[in-house]
Amino acid sequence: MGALRRGHWLAHLVLIAGVATFVFPVYMAIIGSTYDLGTIARGQLPLTPGSHAIENYTQAWTSGQGERVRGVPVRRMMLNSLVMALAIATGKIAISILSAFAVAFFAFPLRMFFFWMIFVTLMLPVEVRIIPTYKVISDLNMINTFPGLTIPLIASATATLIFRQFFLTVPDEMVDAAKMDGAGPMRFFWSILVPLSSSTIAALFVILFIYGWNQYLWPLLITTKGELNTIVIGITKMIGTGDAQTDWQIIMATVVMAMLPPVAVVILMQRWFVKGLTESEK
Amino acid sequence: MTRRAIFDNKLLPYLLVAPQLAITLIFFFWPAGQAIYQSLIQQDPFGLRTQFVWFENFTTVLGDPAYRGALGITLIFSAAVIGLAMLSGLLLAVTADQQIRGAGVYKMLLMWPYAVAPAVAASLWLFVFHPSIGIVGRLLVRMGLHWDFSLNGAHAVILVILAAAWKQVSYNFIFFLAGLQSIPKSVLEAASVDGAGGRSRFWKIVFPLLSPTTFFLLVVNVIYASFDTFGVIHALTRGGPGQSTQTLIYKVYVDGVVNLDLGGSSAQSVILLLVVITLTAIQFRYIERRVHY
Repeated sequence: MGALRRGHWLAHLVLIAGVATFVFPVYMAIIGSTYDLGTIARGQLPLTPGSHAIENYTQAWTSGQGERVRGVPVRRMMLNSLVMALAIATGKIAISILSAFAVAFFAFPLRMFFFWMIFVTLMLPVEVRIIPTYKVISDLNMINTFPGLTIPLIASATATLIFRQFFLTVPDEMVDAAKMDGAGPMRFFWSILVPLSSSTIAALFVILFIYGWNQYLWPLLITTKGELNTIVIGITKMIGTGDAQTDWQIIMATVVMAMLPPVAVVILMQRWFVKGLTESEK
Repeated sequence: MTRRAIFDNKLLPYLLVAPQLAITLIFFFWPAGQAIYQSLIQQDPFGLRTQFVWFENFTTVLGDPAYRGALGITLIFSAAVIGLAMLSGLLLAVTADQQIRGAGVYKMLLMWPYAVAPAVAASLWLFVFHPSIGIVGRLLVRMGLHWDFSLNGAHAVILVILAAAWKQVSYNFIFFLAGLQSIPKSVLEAASVDGAGGRSRFWKIVFPLLSPTTFFLLVVNVIYASFDTFGVIHALTRGGPGQSTQTLIYKVYVDGVVNLDLGGSSAQSVILLLVVITLTAIQFRYIERRVHY
């Protein structure tokens, strides 16, 4: 019994150390967002919160400007990120569920060819085709547009695979019954398949929302105008060369706000999140 | 695997796959084809003359000391990030899997960093490790370490490794935990009855049963360290000081977007493409074998 207790004590210690390592940088960002430029620049940032929180957050939210930082209002960048994340998540789910429906429930020539074409995109991450993909977007006049920012990221091999996998478990009797009741394929899709897939859709949505919100390289290439900046890109632009004399209080307020939506999604939708993550990677 | 009960419309299935296929063709296959084509030709800076040079771009790239330097940095960086992130993830998962009070709370508190963007993680670490304003950075300076990641290449490498690994621990934690929870409790109880202690139970039973998860995570972490850390490096060091944090993916970006060397950048893209294809193939074989989920 004594050994067991000592084991528990050690386990708590390890877990607390882990949590502390995760929380500490975020805690310092929160502290940083509650002081004024001078205190931070002099290297006098303490470990307890200061009194400038409201003005820093208001300033970041409404103007994004400090004494040295020439940023974009955080509300504008948050809106951009939100639109991008929602467009990517819903777009990926919509086109994947449709193509999985086609592949799983219809017999047509080229079916497996199409399926493999979609599957192969797993091997073509945007990072390895940066320049040519950029050129396609520029030829289509989609630089600095929301479609240019989102549509190229909407194709999804993993979501298609997951939906197909799930559809293959739908019993044949259901299809037969639907047919017997005179339901066409689209009626079957909307009235039976989509409701049955709701938990898969929710799980995928959480993962894809985070994926969309955290995009970096693609928005960096496609958006050159400030008003299209996503919040993640905006932060790097505000930091610039990272001088001590920059408006760190505004930057840290922006960092805290940038983390809130995806972290909230993970915490509030923990069950879907774990399901989506562990299933989407199978 | 196919199913018996199938709809027999002729046109509808094509309409259903059309949006996905259109995006795939325009934004995946066409650019990938372009990358391969570009990697085999050389153009003057105005794009007026084009010459087919076979593998010259590849031999130039592979013979370039800067590219080999980037390869070396990528290997060190990836090995450190993967090692740190996987070992910490495993340790935390094994610990949180025990029957202890507050295990649920711990699990939640260990999962959220997954949602933090790599570039945002980088700015958090920048603020803490900044030599003149960061709380840890100042401490290191006061200890006489001359800590300055904007001047010292080794410091820069350490910082990008820490920031990149910090963000990835949660992911590994979630998967190791899922792997541990799928091990039947009866197996562990049987081992206890046979007198196996905690440590030998872990190495003789848990770790081997966990090996599919470990292997899967290894592939995912290689991809993360090689590609997704672009944001960390761009936000923290821009590949500097000098080229001390320039990884392969960062070099593709710099050569293509900043230096406009299309042939060289495309050749580098194609090399990375081959790496991704190999990794995906390995991963797919693994999925094929693990049919029992």
